[in-house]
Amino acid sequence: MSALGPATPSPAGTTLSTALEVRSLSVSIGPARIVRDVSWSVAPGQTLGIVGESGSGKSMSVLSAVGLGPGNARITGDVRLTTSDGGQHDLLGLRGNALRRIRGRRIGFVFQDPATSLNPMLTVERQLTEGPEVHLGLTPKKARTRAAELLELVGIPDPARRLQAFPHELSGGMRQRVMIAVALACEPEVIIADEATTALDVTIQAQIIDAIRELQERLGTATVWISHDLAVVGGIADEVVVMYGGEVLERAETVRLFQDTKHPYTRGLFASRPHLGQRSDQLLSIPGSPPDPRAIPPGCVFWDRCSVRGDDRCRTQHPELVDLGDGHWVRSFYLPENAPSNLPEDASSPSAGPVTTEPEGDR
Amino acid sequence: MSTATEALETAPTVGRDPLLQVDGLHVRFPVRGAGRRQWLYAVQDVSFTIGRGETVGLVGESGSGKSTIGNALLRLVPVHAGSVRLADTDVLAARGREITDVRRRLAMVFQDPLAALDPRCTVAESVAEPLQIHKLKPAGGRRARVAELMDLAGLPSRFLDRYPHELSGGQRQRVCIARALAADPELLILDEATASLDVSVQSQILNLLRQLQDEMGLSYLFISHDLASVEHMSDRVLVLYLGRIMERSPREDLYRSPGHPYTQALISAIPLEDPVAERQRRRIILEGDIPSPIDPPSGCVFRTRCPLVIPECAEDLPPGHDLGPGHTAYCLRAGERVRGT
Repeated sequence: MSALGPATPSPAGTTLSTALEVRSLSVSIGPARIVRDVSWSVAPGQTLGIVGESGSGKSMSVLSAVGLGPGNARITGDVRLTTSDGGQHDLLGLRGNALRRIRGRRIGFVFQDPATSLNPMLTVERQLTEGPEVHLGLTPKKARTRAAELLELVGIPDPARRLQAFPHELSGGMRQRVMIAVALACEPEVIIADEATTALDVTIQAQIIDAIRELQERLGTATVWISHDLAVVGGIADEVVVMYGGEVLERAETVRLFQDTKHPYTRGLFASRPHLGQRSDQLLSIPGSPPDPRAIPPGCVFWDRCSVRGDDRCRTQHPELVDLGDGHWVRSFYLPENAPSNLPEDASSPSAGPVTTEPEGDR
Repeated sequence: MSTATEALETAPTVGRDPLLQVDGLHVRFPVRGAGRRQWLYAVQDVSFTIGRGETVGLVGESGSGKSTIGNALLRLVPVHAGSVRLADTDVLAARGREITDVRRRLAMVFQDPLAALDPRCTVAESVAEPLQIHKLKPAGGRRARVAELMDLAGLPSRFLDRYPHELSGGQRQRVCIARALAADPELLILDEATASLDVSVQSQILNLLRQLQDEMGLSYLFISHDLASVEHMSDRVLVLYLGRIMERSPREDLYRSPGHPYTQALISAIPLEDPVAERQRRRIILEGDIPSPIDPPSGCVFRTRCPLVIPECAEDLPPGHDLGPGHTAYCLRAGERVRGT
């Protein structure tokens, strides 16, 4: 079975513990099977990227794992949070206040829209002091000093003045920095960033990604970075999980995923973006739209949109997530090594657009 | 008015025959601040042309005024100064029915198709609406024309009687495109038309737009914050910042050798789809945020964030600096390379 995830890859060759581990997570709401058998883990100081289009289940899987899924969702699987003091917490087994205590202290969140995630009625200072006072037991005075330090940490100039501001008085990039500071306030083990830079302009996005990378290096926080944007994930993640129709279709160490892309869906995703500096007349497009979670096909979830569409197995049998070695997992019958000889190895790669990008160099 | 059919018949002559000519466009909005009347300068002194069959890309970040320019062309916002000519029509002097006619010749496709479509209208009703507004009686009847438009936009005819909520995002955007084409426009203003769509659907719509242009000789004003999509679609590109044009250039020149420090920063901020190159490359990280358009900086509006700023930048508006045929950067230090970090 594919249920058990591989051991956390350790690029440096050292053994790393995991901070957050999700095993065989499934989420359904009524007849809709939104997430099926998802497994991954992320180690301290590492970033796991989760990529997918809308409806792929990427946010739903992560939020359900930490108890923020919809109330009527049925969630099965195993989610384990390991804290820096060695404590183990079974997140799906916790309820109510016990869950909130762990989550508030150990997991920080950065969402897409800081305007709706920050409380418009409270000053920046209050939003930064609340967590440490509640979870770390800091005195208001100490929490205030800490709030100023946090703002400085995320690169907000003149923190003393900004502490007294309300969210509406800040620009979008500044608000997103405040949200990152709030997420970091309790020195959590894990940060979950859900489309954290999607609403920002590119120049601001570059600032925020730089800030997060630097903070992570300094603080050793594990990060789960959810995004629809492969390029952003490629720049920040150590390992990438590609989701489609509620399942993991491919999972690999980042450079490997980009350079040795296996799944026809992942290949299609790369090829359907216009690549800077490589203009073609036609972009590869993936026809059709994602499956309805209430009527998941019996075979491969990507079958009806797939450019390979090998044989009858794809339609009738559900492919397992297979480890190709070195932690590169793929859910497809059509891997180069087991593809039938009448199919070229890269039948799925587009003739119109190049799949890989050469380095652009610095500009 | 036979201009629309003429536009379809003339072969596209890119750049030679300006269809749209915008000169010195200024748009400002009144804002009330602390009792006194102030102005928000949304668009300042913007000039450009679009030829028949040509695509001009308009890039800029939020607050740069790119959507306001599109709205001003359609007379949806009051224009403070400048002139807009659509072939032989003075758009800003148009009154009453003339404005309606301008809006027939310039059609708009917006970012969010769900907001742009009336939830109570079927697809067929939405697509047919421009025919009613412009009192058009196509040969063969409206229903046949609607079916033809649906076909052009790649929508199966079984969608005719569906409602927007029954369609996917990409299908809805196709409905908006079919509707925009209904009254035989000459120019489509595509305002972030693919921004809200998923990657795989985005490419379907970009392909459709390119194909329609080839078939019908349409001109496009392609407004987007996404430089890669703009490169894919455009013949020429305008880079906008705080309501002013920073750089104008043929597509290839702009991406190969951006002359304005802002354009260089924009291009360097786009994440590359190669994680190795992405992590190694030097980025130009701009400090701070876009200043308020209520009180834009003196001289060059970009100077407060510019890595190449010199004291002279605060004095006058920088003159245009020619960097090649049709390639101009409005900067005292145009053509100099910014070193990334």
